[in-house]
Amino acid sequence: MKILVTVKRVVDYSVNINIKADQSGVETANVKMSMNPFDEIAVEEAVRLKEKGIATEIVVVTLGVAQAQETLRTALAMGADRAILVPCDGELQPLGVAKALRAIVDKEKPDLVITGKQAIDADNSQTGVMLAALLGWPQGTFASKLEIADGVATVAREVDGGQETLKIKLPAVITADLRLNEPRYATLPNIMKAKKKPIEEIKPEALGVDLAPHFKTLKVTSPPQRAGGIKVTDVATLIDKLKNEAKVI
Amino acid sequence: MPIYKAPLEDVRFVLNEVIGAAQLAQLPGYGEATPEAIDAVLEEAAKICEDLLFPLNQSGDAEGCTFEHGVVKTPPGFKDAYTTFCQGGWAGLSCDPEFGGQGLPTLLSLAIDEMVCSANLSFGMYPGLSHGAYNAIEKHATAELKKLYLPKLAAGTWTGTMCLTEPQCGTDLGLIRTKAVPQPDGTYKITGAKIFISAGEHDLAENIVHLVLARLPDAPPDIRGLSLFLTPKFIPDAQGKVGARNALSCGRLEHKMGIKASATCAMNFDGATAWLVGKPNQGLRAMFTMMNEARLAVGMQGLGVAEISYQNAARYAQERLQGRGLKGAVFPEKPADPIVVHPDVRRSLMTMRALVEGCRALAYSIGLELDIEARHVDPARREAAGQLVALMIPVVKAFVTDVGFDVANMGMQVFGGHGYIRDTGVEQYVRDARIAQIYEGTNGVQALDLVGRKMPDNYGRLMRQFFHPVADFLQAEKDNPALADMLPLFMSAFGKLQMSSLTVATRGVVNPDEAGAAATDYLRLFALVALGFMWLRMAKVAAEKLPQAGARAGFYDSKLKTARFFFSKILPQANALNLAILSGAKTVMDMPAEAF
Repeated sequence: MKILVTVKRVVDYSVNINIKADQSGVETANVKMSMNPFDEIAVEEAVRLKEKGIATEIVVVTLGVAQAQETLRTALAMGADRAILVPCDGELQPLGVAKALRAIVDKEKPDLVITGKQAIDADNSQTGVMLAALLGWPQGTFASKLEIADGVATVAREVDGGQETLKIKLPAVITADLRLNEPRYATLPNIMKAKKKPIEEIKPEALGVDLAPHFKTLKVTSPPQRAGGIKVTDVATLIDKLKNEAKVI
Repeated sequence: MPIYKAPLEDVRFVLNEVIGAAQLAQLPGYGEATPEAIDAVLEEAAKICEDLLFPLNQSGDAEGCTFEHGVVKTPPGFKDAYTTFCQGGWAGLSCDPEFGGQGLPTLLSLAIDEMVCSANLSFGMYPGLSHGAYNAIEKHATAELKKLYLPKLAAGTWTGTMCLTEPQCGTDLGLIRTKAVPQPDGTYKITGAKIFISAGEHDLAENIVHLVLARLPDAPPDIRGLSLFLTPKFIPDAQGKVGARNALSCGRLEHKMGIKASATCAMNFDGATAWLVGKPNQGLRAMFTMMNEARLAVGMQGLGVAEISYQNAARYAQERLQGRGLKGAVFPEKPADPIVVHPDVRRSLMTMRALVEGCRALAYSIGLELDIEARHVDPARREAAGQLVALMIPVVKAFVTDVGFDVANMGMQVFGGHGYIRDTGVEQYVRDARIAQIYEGTNGVQALDLVGRKMPDNYGRLMRQFFHPVADFLQAEKDNPALADMLPLFMSAFGKLQMSSLTVATRGVVNPDEAGAAATDYLRLFALVALGFMWLRMAKVAAEKLPQAGARAGFYDSKLKTARFFFSKILPQANALNLAILSGAKTVMDMPAEAF
């Protein structure tokens, strides 16, 4: 079984985010970048399936700037077999990425695609879902447990009311949630081996997809500063403030 | 809660832009150690240090090791972390691939040591000691012993120790009493008591390999009569399967000021079976061959603690609101200004930073020379590297570990009363850093090594390996406008070092007490000048890169600002040291011993 895993290079989770002076977006120059943590979980799951003898090959894919190669190398060091980079410098939006990924799926013909449930930069949570729709494949989103047997994936997914278990036929798209697994540290021998694993470059034009953004970001601002807390005199005031000031009830 | 982020940007700057670590990949056997590969390794090491080792540092200090009925337990979490560390192959990073190691350069290993020691100095002791034992066995043991023990040490499934100290002997190993008696089967029986044995007993690994200095029956009574013996806790069979318990045991855990999660043991050997490593009566020499790397590694402990102390003090100074700037409110919208606005707090932070970054550059530059000494194709280059290493090891060990403690202490002062409270985590750094000034040869002994052995060696042959490159650099850069404000300050200090060197050398020949009394001041003067040389090299690079640096402009700009601080506020100490040195030994030696 072949697994395709998608990864994205994002600002490291530990970095304090700064907005660019012109409000066009988040500052990424000279900022520590890492693999999206949910994608790390996706890679880990694929590697575990390979270690169990269920998967035979793991291909990781990313779209992005040239330095996204480092993100692919990280996935290769964790245990992926080879990588594909679709180089593009411009702004990427979920639908364009999903279309590009569909083209790669058509080419690679994996039995399973695993993506992170969302990327921690824009938190869209759309790419994996759109990819499944474009492919016409079943999907198991927010997966917290995954078992594969006889061409069927059993997926436990975290939903508002608790946990739901689905059985879906392969090929399928799975999006990984936080509790699916705990990603490993890459071992030193595997980091060195990753240097020799192939990274293929496929230009967006070769995939026949248009990555141009469909919507325009007007401006990006920091969330409003939290005001200091106050003590209310009684329950009635509290209810009133929740209703009329905070407007949450 | 304390924080730690591996200083990868500065590490990369030193490796790639200042000392030229790219040349590692040209050395035989290091072809894979390209800057990209080194970078990937550093990234993952940083993750392990930040996420796996650092969270156990404060809890390890609070809980410490426990001792019951001869069994030592490391604090909760250490065993799992050690297993993860070893499974990742980190224990064997610079070990020979023939024995399961990764075959990466010593310099890279040292850079990772720094991060490990920042994150968790106690934890770093266990793989650190194993690495020392690995080196001694690799260089001196028989092929049979190597085949049996090295793969286990490289994998970390067994750990190592160095058993030197005894109750009556620390610095003077000539006083060792532990005995080794030859057996008909070619093994030896070791009997004696050792103290202060780091990682002597613990629960991290399935076996512990003790390297013991002991005396054969017919051995000369002084340091020329010491032999080195490999003494395992469990005697393995030929396949490396652990068997019978050897006749050795841990008598107690030492109660220490710091590194409380490192098990420091008193070890009793009661006729323990052992194997000779190297030749009879050559034990001390065998230990000395690995001394350079071990002393540099202890320097990295000082650097590691200094780095984390700086990080926490810098953050606290930005967050702690007290008083107002001396010229008026700097942040009027806040109830008070952060203490970073105060000149005296800045003086501390700048001093800490200038010392940390300078020491990193200095220590890494010597680490690179260690690799060149071991691997370069040109024998002349190897020899030159070896001479520079020999000269600089005492300087780096003593100065960087002094910096470790001093910077930790300054960091605590930035925290004020909160630094003295355990919760902030910074008083631990003061306690942990202190030992590095003492073990692996006290810093006083390092100073004696510098003035007594290294300085006079072959009429100053070693000294020239430092002085000539500095003179060449000064000649080449004398008109560099970017260094114009720094060069005169450096040249003044360099002149003082030359003057002091000549004075100590000539007076020391006539009266060794003259050299001895000047030794510590002289080592510090030497170190400050060596740091100055590294700051010049860093400033030169930073000034060249700054105009096209783009988003990294802030980094290079900070480098230049820190360099200027070093030259104007720290390096002038050279004047005072020089005067103290020139004043001679009389006032040191005048007091009769009984008057103390």
